[in-house]
Amino acid sequence: MEWLISIAIGVLTATGVYLTLRARTFPVVLGLTLLAYAVNIFLFAMGRLTVGLPAVIDKTAQAAQYSDPLPQALVLTAIVIAFGMTAFLIVLALKARGELGNDHVDGLDVDAENNSNKEVK
Amino acid sequence: MTAMTLLSFNLPIAALLPFVGAIFAAWASKINRLASAWVAALVTILALAFLAPSMAMVFAGETLIQSWTWMPAIGLEFAFRFDGLALLFALLILVIGLLVIIYARYYLSKKDSMGRFFAYLLMFMGSMLGIVLSENLIQMVVFWELTSLTSFLLISYWQHRQDARAGARMALVITGGGGLALLAGVLLLGHVVGSYNLTDVLAAGELIRGHDLYLPILVLILLGVFTKSAQFPFHFWLPHAMAAPTPVSAYLHSATMVKAGIFLLARFFPVLSGTPEWTWLVGGAGLITFLLGAYFALFQHDIKGLLAYSTISHLGLITLLFGFGTQLAAVAAIFHIINHATFKASLFMVAGIIDHETGTRDMRRLNGLFKYMPHTAILAMIAAAAMAGVPLLNGFLSKEMFFDQALTASGGSVWAWAIPILVVFAAVFSVAYSLRFIHDVFFNGEPVNLPKTPHEPPRFMKIPVDLLVIICLAVGMIPMFTVAPILAVAVAGTLQTTPPEYSLAIWHGFNLPLLMSFIALALGVLVYIMRKRLFEWHESSMARWDARIIFNAVLGAVGTFANSTTRSFDKGSLQNATIWVLTTALLAGFIGFTSVSAPLFGDRALLPVDGVSVLAAVILMVASVLTVAWHRKRLIALVMLGVVGLIISLMFVKFSAPDLALTQLSVEIVTVILLLLALYFLPQTTPKETSDLRVSRDIVIALLSGVGVTLLTMAVLTRDFAPISEFFLLNSVPGGGGTNVVNVILVDFRGTDTLGEIAVLALAGLGIYAMLQGMKLHAPDQDSVGRVWNSDLHPEIMQTLTRLLLPLMLMIAIYIFLRGHNLPGGGFIAGLIAAVALIVQYLSNGIAWTNDRLKFDMHWVIGFGLLIATATGLVAMGLGYPFMTTAFTYLNWPVVGKFEVASAIAFDLGVFLVVVGATVMSLVELGKLSDQSHQAQPNLNNSTQSTSALKSQQEAN
Repeated sequence: MEWLISIAIGVLTATGVYLTLRARTFPVVLGLTLLAYAVNIFLFAMGRLTVGLPAVIDKTAQAAQYSDPLPQALVLTAIVIAFGMTAFLIVLALKARGELGNDHVDGLDVDAENNSNKEVK
Repeated sequence: MTAMTLLSFNLPIAALLPFVGAIFAAWASKINRLASAWVAALVTILALAFLAPSMAMVFAGETLIQSWTWMPAIGLEFAFRFDGLALLFALLILVIGLLVIIYARYYLSKKDSMGRFFAYLLMFMGSMLGIVLSENLIQMVVFWELTSLTSFLLISYWQHRQDARAGARMALVITGGGGLALLAGVLLLGHVVGSYNLTDVLAAGELIRGHDLYLPILVLILLGVFTKSAQFPFHFWLPHAMAAPTPVSAYLHSATMVKAGIFLLARFFPVLSGTPEWTWLVGGAGLITFLLGAYFALFQHDIKGLLAYSTISHLGLITLLFGFGTQLAAVAAIFHIINHATFKASLFMVAGIIDHETGTRDMRRLNGLFKYMPHTAILAMIAAAAMAGVPLLNGFLSKEMFFDQALTASGGSVWAWAIPILVVFAAVFSVAYSLRFIHDVFFNGEPVNLPKTPHEPPRFMKIPVDLLVIICLAVGMIPMFTVAPILAVAVAGTLQTTPPEYSLAIWHGFNLPLLMSFIALALGVLVYIMRKRLFEWHESSMARWDARIIFNAVLGAVGTFANSTTRSFDKGSLQNATIWVLTTALLAGFIGFTSVSAPLFGDRALLPVDGVSVLAAVILMVASVLTVAWHRKRLIALVMLGVVGLIISLMFVKFSAPDLALTQLSVEIVTVILLLLALYFLPQTTPKETSDLRVSRDIVIALLSGVGVTLLTMAVLTRDFAPISEFFLLNSVPGGGGTNVVNVILVDFRGTDTLGEIAVLALAGLGIYAMLQGMKLHAPDQDSVGRVWNSDLHPEIMQTLTRLLLPLMLMIAIYIFLRGHNLPGGGFIAGLIAAVALIVQYLSNGIAWTNDRLKFDMHWVIGFGLLIATATGLVAMGLGYPFMTTAFTYLNWPVVGKFEVASAIAFDLGVFLVVVGATVMSLVELGKLSDQSHQAQPNLNNSTQSTSALKSQQEAN
């Protein structure tokens, strides 16, 4: 099971990294979202994987073991913050498109530039 | 001591008063232009009055120390000291400061802002007082750097002038940089002595001089001194600082700024002097500066330029005296500090008067002013004669002592016989430039093309000069009755022992120093008479030597280097920058993996794999790979991303994290809606990459990252660990009153963290709101393959269903919220559910319709949320507990059952409100954007129609 999770985190990271390196804003936002998933699961896994353990304290019969609450608390806020970040980024991307007229991450229309370069050559 | 309460705190008051006064001076200028001058003068007099009671103690030979504990852990005390040396400098700073204030009130024109000028001047005065009154050395360095900053403001007072800005920047770079060296030196000194208190340092002279760190300490402190006091090779900033208004020059270059370095030399004289290193460094720099300044002063055509180089020269003279290292030389140095302050301040003021009344400072045009302003001319003549060292004036007395010391030093070593000769050589030029200042300006024919017709200045502009010149005369003729007492205490304060025997008599008989004086006077006149040929020679050979060229070259090179370094990393491309970050991370990871000798994986027992998990994992991986593979078709990529998020929430369920599963599920929904809304305005497809090379490079980086992260995760998961969660599990019920440990951690144990996090969320929401204000985006009326969007924006089935669902969804949100402390749920999750409930209404019914019925401004919701959350923490503080301490009790509610009321639930309510507010605001603002873009196109204007149709339908019902 650990291998399964590790590989899943790896795949999320790889896909996230690849999309983050794209030149248009929307794929970058998707990539960062994927990276955020990877980071969240990674953080969560630091409490080790536990199956079928109670997450809430049982007052009547003291259970011997619980799932680790600390990484869960950390990841819970991380998920919400990641949403905030995604929202901010996508609106930033919209703003850039509105102001600059294209959705390239550097605000330059590469195609137009390449054409002019070719003309010079 | 009880009776003298004022004497236990008057020093810091005197030093800090000008800073407070600066605020009033700036403010007073709004009432009346001249009011700020009055405030400045009043503050100066007040500071003098505060110091006055302590002066008697100092004259009685005591040293007054007032200290308060500040940061005992690093040996910092807020400590002030008042001894003879501090007394002398405090008097110079305040008395000359007062005269400069009176003078400046008449000097500044109507265009100049009086408030700004006097505020700067007072801040500078306070910084100077801070230096001379500090007992703690670190505190002194702080005031030292404050003088650099405030002098920057003063020199660049005429901000519209390029030379003023450049001169101010140069002064700041040189003196501020020197201040950093001084800080390093003082830290080393404190390390050696074990205390930053001047008293301890002054008592540890033997220890410091014998220590291995003596030379570094000396060099660093001297860097501070030489930069501040314009000693060679840092002298060049001073002439460029002449772009300042003349009152500033008169203050900074006579009694204060440049004397701060000299003050430090005097301060550390008993500790650092008496070694060959001291003699060579201090004496060498002093001698070169003395010669260089005197020579260049003669060839300046600007009156203030002449005075600037003359100041450099006299500072060199004082430094040279300290460099001799004898006690008598120190006496002469202190004496010359006083004399130079008086005659140089008056000469700068005269230069200002001439500039003010004629409109120029160029000596090639200024001639024969004596008949236009005889009073000023006589004042200038006396002051210049004092500068030249003419008998019966104060400059003569200290120069005699100086010559005497130069002769004494000539026996020191093999080359020391040259010292008296070089000194006389410099003195010759001093006489020549003093003569030029008088003859060229006040006689020598008629003025050439003056912008104004010269006349005497206002009476009060001359009064400060009158007073200073009277001091020059009084000290020069009757030194025993004027300067002797203050000189005696200042010398005692400098040397920290009983002063040596010295004589202030104006007549010592015919001796070698007197002969040197007469040689200097005679040759000086001769040099001035031969000036034409000297000027020609100077213009052809020496004039192009300007240290500013080197300074600018060095500064330019530093700037170019910094720019090129930055450019090589940051080419203005996000992709490029991301590559740097990722490769650095990969490299760091690689080093981390290879530098550990332990096996990669541990031996923790692994969990068994089951079929459903494998299936879920495969779907997750396939969906994320498809997100990439189809990323050019954006809508499909987004759908795939949604699949990934849903699988992840299932994964949280599997691994015993119900809270996370709920959060992930609701966040996923909101995220997809948000991205869909945004996608409406973005191109529907991504164009193909231009370079295959880039694609393959990115794939390699992505694969390496993925493999690295997999190995890292596996390396961790196969090892056992000792969690710190035991504490939270044990204390959750007794300490936090809740069984859902995750929620208790969020709202109780780590409440301050959560407060920070909801603040971030609130800011993100507000940021989105701000960005979308007034933005107009063109929305396409068809999708990527040319199909026209469905014009029915709000299908009726959806409308009906969602309206029915709203109360249910809100009920669930409340339920999740209330049970959150004990069962999976809580403010975050409930907030997201409520947000989804509201957003669905907006989606199905349109924004206008929903806004009509939902009259909450989300700004207020966010604000209240933050307020409640913070207030919960503050209430605990008000009750005497640490911030964010919670309390709880149990209530029995009918139907619901035993119900816990904890202050944490109020905090959670804050979390809830912020999450609802920020989420709804982000999405609704985006939605409004599409609403506007529809209304801009009349043929697609269906939303309002359908809304009004629905309204009437409802009303009919």
